[in-house]
Amino acid sequence: MSDTAWIDAALTSARPQAVGALLRYFRNLDTAEEAFQNACLRALKSWPQNGPPRDPAAWLIMVGRNVAIDDIRRGRKQEPLPEDDKISDLDDAEEALAERLDGSHYRDDILRLLFICCHPDLPPTQQIALALRIVSGLTVKQIARAFLVSEAAMEQRITRAKARVAGASVPFETPGAVERSERMIAVAAMVYLIFNEGYSASGDTAEIRQPLCEEAIRLARLLLRLFQSEPEIMGLTALLLLQHARAAARFDAAGAFVLLDDQDRSLWNQKLISEGLALIDKAMRHRRSGPYQIQAAMAALHARAARPEDTDWTQIDLLYGALEIMQPSPVVTLNRAVAVSKVRGPEAALEMIEPLAERLSNYFHFFGVRGAFLMQLGRNDEAREAFGRAIALANTSAEAAHIRMHLDRLMRDSQPPETKISKK
Amino acid sequence: MLYAILCYHDEDCVGSWTKEQDAAVMQKLAVVQDKLTQQGRLGPVARLLPTTAATTLRKENPPVVIDGPFAETKEQLLGFYIVDCKNLDEALAVARDLGEANPGGAYEIRPVGVLIPGSIATGSIAI
Repeated sequence: MSDTAWIDAALTSARPQAVGALLRYFRNLDTAEEAFQNACLRALKSWPQNGPPRDPAAWLIMVGRNVAIDDIRRGRKQEPLPEDDKISDLDDAEEALAERLDGSHYRDDILRLLFICCHPDLPPTQQIALALRIVSGLTVKQIARAFLVSEAAMEQRITRAKARVAGASVPFETPGAVERSERMIAVAAMVYLIFNEGYSASGDTAEIRQPLCEEAIRLARLLLRLFQSEPEIMGLTALLLLQHARAAARFDAAGAFVLLDDQDRSLWNQKLISEGLALIDKAMRHRRSGPYQIQAAMAALHARAARPEDTDWTQIDLLYGALEIMQPSPVVTLNRAVAVSKVRGPEAALEMIEPLAERLSNYFHFFGVRGAFLMQLGRNDEAREAFGRAIALANTSAEAAHIRMHLDRLMRDSQPPETKISKK
Repeated sequence: MLYAILCYHDEDCVGSWTKEQDAAVMQKLAVVQDKLTQQGRLGPVARLLPTTAATTLRKENPPVVIDGPFAETKEQLLGFYIVDCKNLDEALAVARDLGEANPGGAYEIRPVGVLIPGSIATGSIAI
């Protein structure tokens, strides 16, 4: 690996910690980001000549802090300097190193930085964009590409989000245990959103959006290092790893979505799967279940099945039952019905989803799943009608194409036998 | 004499390599490994999963299980085992048995991501 590639990787990995600490000093996101940028520029000059520092994050924090303070002193004399106790000891390298050893301090810095991005005033799309820009350090261009919008639109979205969080007051004191855990839960939800943004891509955009999944996994691992004993963070990380492990098998060469049952399982990434399984194992020992752990456990049952018919649907049904109690939602019940159809047949599954019809009347998957159950029962006319509604509600061309495949099959099956023979 | 070569690196940094960068490094390493394999000098090689997947057993009485990697600096790495286990509980049971035979210190339990068994013919090695 070349020098610059090594430096790039070091800067990327040091970023959350360094920007988090700089934000604590300056209490202003723009100043903190600018300070980090300046420190990176110096690193690019200094590290190739002098070799990498022992602790890149501590180096970047110290240099970033000093450069920013110089800038404030030189250029903006009219503006008052931050109070010294807020900036803390300016030139004391030893103190910076002592701080480095204080893990909990850094943990709160990074958590605060992530937490600012998921401010409740921000709509989810802005939260994600802000986190990718500030915490992950992706360029506006990269984020715009992943979101399939123009660079100008993304620039505007991020600027707006920044303005909003700048006006909101985020406490800089060390959070208490309850507050820390609330922040952790909010941040975990945002990491999951980032992942889903990439995961819900259709075949033609999957490759462009894949970095979102990778970035979410990186952030989840970061969270897990900050909260080593939190089973839900282990569950979240495992869930993302196990889902992402299937990335290469989820779309065919033409970009069409491939159902789990039809995926080429040899394309699944075994390294990610073993990491995910190891994390669930760790989480389970705590006997403190939660939604991420349950979903990860379901993903694990799929990952462990060498062939679709080896899948332990009974266990998946039980896990959905537990998830329904924790997070009651018609969508969870709908997903459970798929497991039920495998265990007890399509009739029981259909019965289970009928009460959801009203609440899910605008939900693509409801009609897709309903149509599939009806088709299995040989109620083809009703199935056709359900598929028709699904196509009308499809969000992407891939979703519509997938349903059309079912319809084509119905059409073939319902043709009179002699037509079939004459076609051959 | 057999030598163990233990690999240390900044995990954050290695973790932020792109797939291509990672593959490039692994390929360069494979060249070195292949040469040693042909000479019959390479023993097992393991790439461990990230420390986030680690669990530590402190060999106290009774032993204490801690999430995360071994983090003390006053103890040194003195050896390692590779054990085939169904799950973490099984691995912890093995570690507990070992800990009873040799109390004090700690075992860090890390899942192995990649294992190359190697080509050393143990009979011919003078230790």
